[in-house]
Amino acid sequence: MEINDLRSIVTVVSLLTFLGIVWWAYGVKGNKKRFEEAAMLPFTDEEADRAELGQDRNGQRKAS
Amino acid sequence: MAPTMTGRKTLGAGEGSLAVFFALFALLWLFIASKTTDAAYAFHAWLFVLGSIVAVVAIFKRYMARPAEAPPQEIDGLPNYNFGPIKFASVMAMFWGIAGFLVGDIIAWQLAFPALNFDLPWTNFGRLRPLHTSAVIFAFGGNVLLATSFYVVQRTCRARLAGDLSPWFVVLGYNFFILVAGTGYLLGITQGKEYAEPEWYADLWLTVVWVVYFLVFVLTVAKRKEPHIFVANWFYIAFILTIAVLHLGNNATVPVSIFSPKSVIVWSGVQDAMFQWWYGHNAVGFFLTAGFLGIMYYYIPKQAERPVYSYRLSIVHFWALIFTYMWAGPHHLHYTALPDWAQSIGMLFSLVLLAPSWGGMINGIMTLSGAWHKLRDDPILKFLIVSLSFYGMSTFEGPMMAIKTVNALSHYTDWTVGHVHSGALGWVAMISIGSIYYLIPRLFGKSEMFSVKLITVHFWVATIGVVLYIASMWISGVMQGLMWRAVNADGTLTYSFVESVKASYPFWAIRFLGGVLFLAGMLVMAYNMLKTIAGGRSVDDARVLVPAAHHA
Repeated sequence: MEINDLRSIVTVVSLLTFLGIVWWAYGVKGNKKRFEEAAMLPFTDEEADRAELGQDRNGQRKAS
Repeated sequence: MAPTMTGRKTLGAGEGSLAVFFALFALLWLFIASKTTDAAYAFHAWLFVLGSIVAVVAIFKRYMARPAEAPPQEIDGLPNYNFGPIKFASVMAMFWGIAGFLVGDIIAWQLAFPALNFDLPWTNFGRLRPLHTSAVIFAFGGNVLLATSFYVVQRTCRARLAGDLSPWFVVLGYNFFILVAGTGYLLGITQGKEYAEPEWYADLWLTVVWVVYFLVFVLTVAKRKEPHIFVANWFYIAFILTIAVLHLGNNATVPVSIFSPKSVIVWSGVQDAMFQWWYGHNAVGFFLTAGFLGIMYYYIPKQAERPVYSYRLSIVHFWALIFTYMWAGPHHLHYTALPDWAQSIGMLFSLVLLAPSWGGMINGIMTLSGAWHKLRDDPILKFLIVSLSFYGMSTFEGPMMAIKTVNALSHYTDWTVGHVHSGALGWVAMISIGSIYYLIPRLFGKSEMFSVKLITVHFWVATIGVVLYIASMWISGVMQGLMWRAVNADGTLTYSFVESVKASYPFWAIRFLGGVLFLAGMLVMAYNMLKTIAGGRSVDDARVLVPAAHHA
């Protein structure tokens, strides 16, 4: 096989991979829920947020 | 360790082996210091000796002071986050930021008033310029990335940072590398590759530090309590991994001798140039973009208190961005000895880059959709969102400048300098500043920054500074390009080079004014930060204070 064939193949495989990623992100039904869960990850550790900012469970500032 | 052994303190394997390593390392550098005939290299050898001895002493002092058991992974079922190294990196980021912007402004003055070179080798523009670029990119930007990545990976994985000494090894070792690199430039040690100036021994040291950084990050992700790996961590991993590859590729040098700072690169001619700009442009793409997009994906949702606009878009633009950036480097070598087809590939991929770049910008800005009012009175959010506007501007300008015919006008002019600073000051520095304002009170147990008003002052001073800088460089750049290409009817050049220098003078004056404003904003920030750390309301919560005391 000539090296130019290999170059063409790499280009096509790259494009198909990209289309595959788009399909995986937007087309696969089952992924919608897991992406929604993942998007909430910055907000999962509320306890740590309150502790860092010195708030009680209701988000009120503790008297210091 | 078995529970029966608790109570008796033993030196851990990590502590022991690291102490032995540093002891041997000190001896090696002592040997080099005694043999070398290069004074600047001898100074670096002594720095390594001193640093190694300090490391051994610090390891044993820490061992004497620490409790018998390793710090718990969790306290009362909640993760026991490790904030010590993050605090250090945040404070160092402030220090290097001010130093780097100051040196940048000094060299801006030197361009307008050459007498300020003082005719001394150490204060010459040629040595101060890499000091400026390394200080702002690697020292300021690097410490921001270390601090935020260690914070984000812990919080989104709900797991304590992997390793005990290793996170400290990463932040201290990295800052030691900065010290060696920076003092090297001033003393005349350089391998002359833009943004990769440090010589072979500094490069090897950075390689060790970087591998440990990668391991700490990935092992923390591996022990996560959450099923998913948050998108910010994907960006951080891409950044750490790619920087390792770039660093090894572009620094493939053979030292002349272990007793000499000089080395010779294994690539030659146009291959060397291509390696250099494959490295150079991906340093922009992965250090200054992917890493800071990691910051964006965590801190904008947190500060806006709403999840990212589209998580699916973040996945698609992540893969598109990292694939495309890899091929854009040749646009730095338009109209050079690089083969024409390679230049065309570089131009094409640079144009394609607009799409994934804007995907990230839109995703960040639209996160505020439905909550735009927050932008009105939250100066931290202002920093974060305006940084994305500058990101959008410079990632539009970049592809345009990569078009060969546009590049024929812009290359080697101040337009390039303006473009770089639109990205570096507008995007990278502003998102860094926003994330540090977010972090400081949380790391130091305070409920908020000492003065929110001063953050607003900082925001406006910095924004005006950036606009002055990039507008003046854009005008002078286009002017220079037009003057250089102007020809008379008989084919001779209309202007001599020095005429274009003279015409640039007023714009260089506006440039250093913009730089002064940006620096002034950082000084306001430093004051605000010191006041926050020193005083203010303390958080009265054991969960934050106890681990902090362990590792301070």
